[in-house]
Amino acid sequence: MNGQHQSDNPVTTRSGDPAASPLVRFDAVSKRFAGVTAVDGVSLDIYPGEFFALLGPSGCGKTTLLRTLAGFETPDSGRVLLNGEDLTRVPPHRRPVNMMFQSYALFPHLTVAGNVAFGLKQDGLPQEEIAARIAEMLALLRLEGLEARKPHQLSGGQRQRVALARALVKHPRVLLLDEPLAALDKKLRGETQFELMRLKERLGLTFVIVTHDQEEAMTVASRIGVMNHGRLVQVATPSEIYEQPNSRWVADFIGDVNLIDGRVAEKTTVVTTVATTPAGTIRAAASDAKPGDSVAVALRPEKIRIGREVPPASLNAVEGEVAAIGYLGDFSIYKVRLADGFVMEAAAANVARVIERPVSIGDRVWLSWATDAGVVLTQ
Amino acid sequence: MRRGLSFVNVTALALGLAFLYLPILILVIYSFNASRLVTIWGGWSTRWYVSLLGNQAILDAAWISLRIAFLAACVATVLGTLAALALVRAGRFRGRLLFSGLVYAPLVMPEVITGLALLLLFVAVDIERGFWTVTIAHTTLTMGFVTVIVQARLLGFDRSLEEAAMDLGAPPLRTFMTVTLPLIAPAIAAGWVLAFMLSLDDFVIANFTTGPGARTLPIHIYSEVRLGVKPEINAICTIIVAVVALGIVAASLLTKLSGAKPESSGAPL
Repeated sequence: MNGQHQSDNPVTTRSGDPAASPLVRFDAVSKRFAGVTAVDGVSLDIYPGEFFALLGPSGCGKTTLLRTLAGFETPDSGRVLLNGEDLTRVPPHRRPVNMMFQSYALFPHLTVAGNVAFGLKQDGLPQEEIAARIAEMLALLRLEGLEARKPHQLSGGQRQRVALARALVKHPRVLLLDEPLAALDKKLRGETQFELMRLKERLGLTFVIVTHDQEEAMTVASRIGVMNHGRLVQVATPSEIYEQPNSRWVADFIGDVNLIDGRVAEKTTVVTTVATTPAGTIRAAASDAKPGDSVAVALRPEKIRIGREVPPASLNAVEGEVAAIGYLGDFSIYKVRLADGFVMEAAAANVARVIERPVSIGDRVWLSWATDAGVVLTQ
Repeated sequence: MRRGLSFVNVTALALGLAFLYLPILILVIYSFNASRLVTIWGGWSTRWYVSLLGNQAILDAAWISLRIAFLAACVATVLGTLAALALVRAGRFRGRLLFSGLVYAPLVMPEVITGLALLLLFVAVDIERGFWTVTIAHTTLTMGFVTVIVQARLLGFDRSLEEAAMDLGAPPLRTFMTVTLPLIAPAIAAGWVLAFMLSLDDFVIANFTTGPGARTLPIHIYSEVRLGVKPEINAICTIIVAVVALGIVAASLLTKLSGAKPESSGAPL
C-alpha cells in the first residue's frame, strides 16, 4: 500500500510508566548504505522491563536499527543512549547489551558449555563462578546433559536455546533478539514465544526483538514499533496497533483488513459518518477527520457478521454475494462481492461442528458491523 | 543413481590413468631393480634405497630442500593469509584490483620468467645467491597459492560468528585469535602443505636463484641425470613421489575439512 508517513516530527512514544526514565533511547538515528537510507531519523525510547518488538517488512531498517544498539553499525547521524549514557561510539565489545543472532552464530569449534562460557571468559571471571553460571543458565533453558555436545550435534530448537543461554549468561542490560525464531517450525515457534516471555519475567530483563512476523510481535511484545522505509510509523501496544492503526499502511500490514475509501459526510463526538461507494454510508468510530476529508474506513474481517437475515437498523449493513470461502478450521473466511464489485472479507468462528444451512458460494448474504468496528484513517 | 561401468568407461578410465601414472609406475618399479643397468630388469631388490643412505650428496641436497621448503612455506603462509584477509575483509580499498592481480601473478607467470626476474633482482641488489635467495624465491612463488585457499575459506565464513564474539565482550584481536583463526586453520594448514610441496619439487626457479653450496634435491637429481640415470635416482624419485602424494592427500583432506560449513546449521566438522 502507500508508504505515507506522519509529518517530520518523530512518532512520540509512551510507556506504561511515563515516570520511568528510558533505558534505551534512539535519538534521531539515521544510517545509509551505499546511497540507500536504511534508517531514517528514528527516535524511540524503550523503558526498563519492556519486551519491545521492532516489526516491519524485510528491508524496512529494523535489523539495522537493532545493530546500531549492538554496536555493529555506527549511525551516520543521531545518537544511541543506554541509561542516559551515549553509546554511539562505543565498540560492541564494551556495550552491556547482548544479542541473539538470527543464524544463532554458535561457535562450531566449541562445545555447548564452551559457547556459553565464551562471554564470561572475556570478563575474566574465576573458573568456579563461570562453571556455576553456566550450570544455572543451562538448567534455566533445560539444556542439562548437553554440555559436551558441539553445535552440529544439536537439534534446531536446542541450538536456539544455546544461543539464548549464551546471550543471557552475561546478564545484559538489554537482550537483543534478531529474528530469533525464524528458523523454527511453527509449533516450536509458538512454544518458544511463551518461553521467551517466561524468561523475560524470570530474569527481569529488557528485551528488544526484531521480527517480520506480526503474530510473533503481537504474542510476545508489550509494545511494538512498526517500521517501514526506515521510519517508525506507529509505536503502541499490540492491541492499539491492531484496533487503532494510525494509517492505511499499518492497518494493512497488521492482520487482515477491509479498507473502504470514502469521504467524511458528518461527524459528532462519538460517530464519524463516511460516504463510500461500495458500502454506502458507514457509521464509524470518532476520529480527527473533518467533514469533506478523503478517508478510508478500516474494518477487521472478524468484526463483520455474515448472515442471511436482514440485520437490525442499528448496525451498518450491506448486501452481497459470496464469491469464495476459505475454511481454516477454527475460522472461515468469506469473500463477499458487493453491488459495485468491491470484495469484502468477513471472518466467522466455526462455533458449531455441524451447521444446518451453511452459507455457500453464490448465496446472497448480509454483512453487518457495529459503529465502533470501523476505524477512520486519514492517511 | 548408480550405473555399472560399461566396457567403454573402463577402457577410457584405464587409458587415462595409464597415461597419467604409467611413467611414474615404471619409475617406482625400476627403483626396486637389482640390476645396475637402469633399463634391464635384474630382479627385485632394495639395494638402491640402502645405498641412498650412504650417498652424502643426495642426503645433503634433500636436507637443504626440506629446510628451504619449510621456511618458504611458513613465510608464505603468514604473508598469504594476511593478503587473503586484506582482500576479503578490508573492503574496497584503493588499488584492491591491482593488489589482487599482484598477489595472483606468480600463479600464472611462467616459472622461467619468475626465476629470471628474481635472478636479475638478486644480482642487481648484490645478494649472495644460495640458500636464502632460493627461500625468498619460493616464498614469492607459493604465497599466491596460500592466498587462494585461505581467501576461499574466508569468503564462506559467517561474519556473524565474529560479531557474536565481539558482542560477548571479545576485542577485535582476541576475536580473531579465538574464533576466526581456529575456524580458518584447516585452510591455512592446507595452504602450508601446498606451499611446502611446491617448494620441494620446484626446479626451474631454484635453478635460477641458487648459488654455490645450496643444491636442492631437484637440482641435484637433474645434474646427476645429465651424466646418465642411476638406479639411486629412481629410488630418491620414488621417495619424493610418495612424500608428494601424502602431502596432496593431506592438503585435500584439510581443504575438505575447512570447506565443510561450520555454521550453526550443523554440517559435521
